[in-house]
Amino acid sequence: MNIFKLKGLLILLVIVVGLFFAAPTFFGGKEVPEGWIGPKEKIKLGLDLQGGMHLVLKVVSEKAVESRLTSIASDLKGQMISKRIHYKKVASQSPDLLLVELREPDDYDKLDALVLDGHPYLKEVDSSTKEGITTVTYKMTEQESASIREQAVAQALETIRNRIDQYGVSEPSIIPQGKDRIVLQLPGVTDPERAKKLIGKTAILEFKLVDEQHSLDDAVRGDVPAGSYVAYMKDAQKPILLKDKAVMTGDLLDDARVKIKTTYNEPYVAISFNREGARIFERVTSENVGSRLAILLDGKVSSAPVIREAISGGKAIIEGRFTLEEATDLAIVLRAGSLPAPVEILEERTVGPSLGQDSIHKGFVSIMIGGALVIIFMVVYYRFFGLLADLALVCNIVLILGILALFHAVLTLPGIAGIVLTIGMAVDANVIVYERIKEELRLGRTPKMAVEAGYKNALSTVLDANITTLIAAVVLFQFGTGPVRGFAVTLSIGILSSLFTVLVLCRWIIEWQVNYKKVERISI
Amino acid sequence: MELIRPGTQIEFMKKKNIAFALSIALIVLSLTSIFFLKGINYGIDFAGGTEVQVAFTDPVNTGDVRGAMDPIGLNNSIIQRIGAPDDHEFLIRTPMMNEASDDISQKIKGALEGAFGGEKVDIRRIDMVGSAVSKDLKQKGFLSLFYAGIGILIYIWWRFEFKFSLGAILALIHDVIITVGIFSLTGKEINLPVIAALLTIVGYSLNDTIVVFDRIRENLKKASGSFEFSSLLDNSISQTLSRTLLTSFTTLIVVLCLYLLGGSVIHDFAFALMVGIIVGTYSSIFIASPTLLIMSSGKK
Repeated sequence: MNIFKLKGLLILLVIVVGLFFAAPTFFGGKEVPEGWIGPKEKIKLGLDLQGGMHLVLKVVSEKAVESRLTSIASDLKGQMISKRIHYKKVASQSPDLLLVELREPDDYDKLDALVLDGHPYLKEVDSSTKEGITTVTYKMTEQESASIREQAVAQALETIRNRIDQYGVSEPSIIPQGKDRIVLQLPGVTDPERAKKLIGKTAILEFKLVDEQHSLDDAVRGDVPAGSYVAYMKDAQKPILLKDKAVMTGDLLDDARVKIKTTYNEPYVAISFNREGARIFERVTSENVGSRLAILLDGKVSSAPVIREAISGGKAIIEGRFTLEEATDLAIVLRAGSLPAPVEILEERTVGPSLGQDSIHKGFVSIMIGGALVIIFMVVYYRFFGLLADLALVCNIVLILGILALFHAVLTLPGIAGIVLTIGMAVDANVIVYERIKEELRLGRTPKMAVEAGYKNALSTVLDANITTLIAAVVLFQFGTGPVRGFAVTLSIGILSSLFTVLVLCRWIIEWQVNYKKVERISI
Repeated sequence: MELIRPGTQIEFMKKKNIAFALSIALIVLSLTSIFFLKGINYGIDFAGGTEVQVAFTDPVNTGDVRGAMDPIGLNNSIIQRIGAPDDHEFLIRTPMMNEASDDISQKIKGALEGAFGGEKVDIRRIDMVGSAVSKDLKQKGFLSLFYAGIGILIYIWWRFEFKFSLGAILALIHDVIITVGIFSLTGKEINLPVIAALLTIVGYSLNDTIVVFDRIRENLKKASGSFEFSSLLDNSISQTLSRTLLTSFTTLIVVLCLYLLGGSVIHDFAFALMVGIIVGTYSSIFIASPTLLIMSSGKK
């Protein structure tokens, strides 16, 4: 076998492999038939084509630092009481400060020792004494607050991933971006509002005792007793007086399930605590028989049932006139855990399934009609050589699709536009070569010499012209996001595959024509 | 078939002053519109805000939609009919809000469903871009144009002489300014896909320029003795003219298909490409090569 034939075989092989990988995509929405031995994977469609949701979230990690400081403040209060340090107030101050007000200036040394020993990440930045009250200001070290933020983002990512998994989205993509962002791709999500609520709910579950000793009416009027505050019931906006301190929180949960009350057909969420949670729950309920225990979700009171007896076994229920959907989602977020810090939605792009279908259809029509027009034009203008260019064009599209499938690249609507554009531009390389061959023929060369000279002279032009477009496409890929990136991908692949079809495939066929079939005259 | 008869030599260089005058007029018009008259109409990718694309099953007019937005205080939104007249499809765009903007799309959906009935409203697309993201995107968009320009400049510098790359870059800047100018004059939105189109124009316009330059370089090598540089340029352009026109024609055909058939989502993208192809073809003949002539006339 000579080299020329071997080359032909290799070219054929490349195209067959391309066809092999592109083939599953040609079945569109239908299943690939049983007997097909090749790869079964179709080209992955972007969210803009298959419908779905793209979200960019920001984890407000400052809040995690703040809530950590709040809990340090409450720890510190307990420690000061046991060390007999008389404080007036301990409060956290945004973003990373903690203020302690002492009644006795002499206690300062004791406090200093206590903080140095128990809270080494707090550094004193200021202290002053005014009217007998000494105020000491502590600042959390940068290192500590940075690590809290980092942890908050990592934990938020994990929690959101859990929630999405349990919600049931096929092939979601949840990746961190930069310092505090999370990018979510949720294909096929049809109810964006529900998804957003599910993802964005902080879902902090707290149990607080109702303050029965003081008057609710007084509190609502503004006379709030120390250690209590006025909260509101979730559905009725009815006020209720609660103790500040949460007796339990949701991190001691083991499981949460939706159940339906048989009597009213009303859904509720049954929760069970882990062993530690069950122990605390039993203690709290046994100590407070007869009073009410409020269950709060993100600061709003879901229900406040009366404790009738000590509850052992660590089981409780959350009611609150939920719809079935709400109860289901609540169970999911409780199981997945709370977010360490609230999240903000920075960007949302949702494409409904009808628009995606529409776009696929329109993209397909554009490719077919644009392609047909170019194919007809080339045949009319270049006749046999035009047909050859058309063959190259078809192979080109097959190769683009094959490469997309092979590398699991995502096809987007701008990506389809990139293919359409490639159809127009791919013939360019052929046109350059053909025009050159024409010129060489006019100079009186034989077909064989004209073809050789034509390719030789056109090569650098074709390469230069395509490489500049490739540079633009690569830059676009680097900077672009989402759908636009899909355009850069198909454009780049299109440029490379068109170089192959024109400089290798077409050239082989033309050389075969003039060298082996000894064509005397070529019509171009 | 021959588009340009062989041996034809069109005297492009004699017309360079007319071409320069036309180009300068277009650039001045573009820049005036961009900076003083209409400005650039940034789409939500760069300006931030919320955009909702909605289709109704029954005939609805813009006034009805605006009326429906009244109760939620968003009747100052931009409401635009898109697609075919019997699609009853609209684009509703509201500017960035100070309050948490994530529920604006929900508010719009609720208001429309309230006014027209839930089953008659199809929310086809929601885009919400917050200020942090839009700032990022804007920066990235312009940086990408900048880096593409630099990359191409280096490539041409490497492949050709400096004066060639200067001509090519001038032609590029010319194309981008005029395309953006036309977007400004027509009030069309500049979005991410339009930036992608601009980058493609950058690559494409260069493609044309390079084909001509390659021929100029080749003819320069062949030329011996004394020759008129301007007629060498005319010759080179004429020799490659049929290729330039053919390629622009086939590319224009497919882009026109995209423009007419590709749907609302890529309408502006296709429009930018169309303008860019026409301007780019023109500039590779009338801007890039004459620049070479002017650059060379000093030394000879």
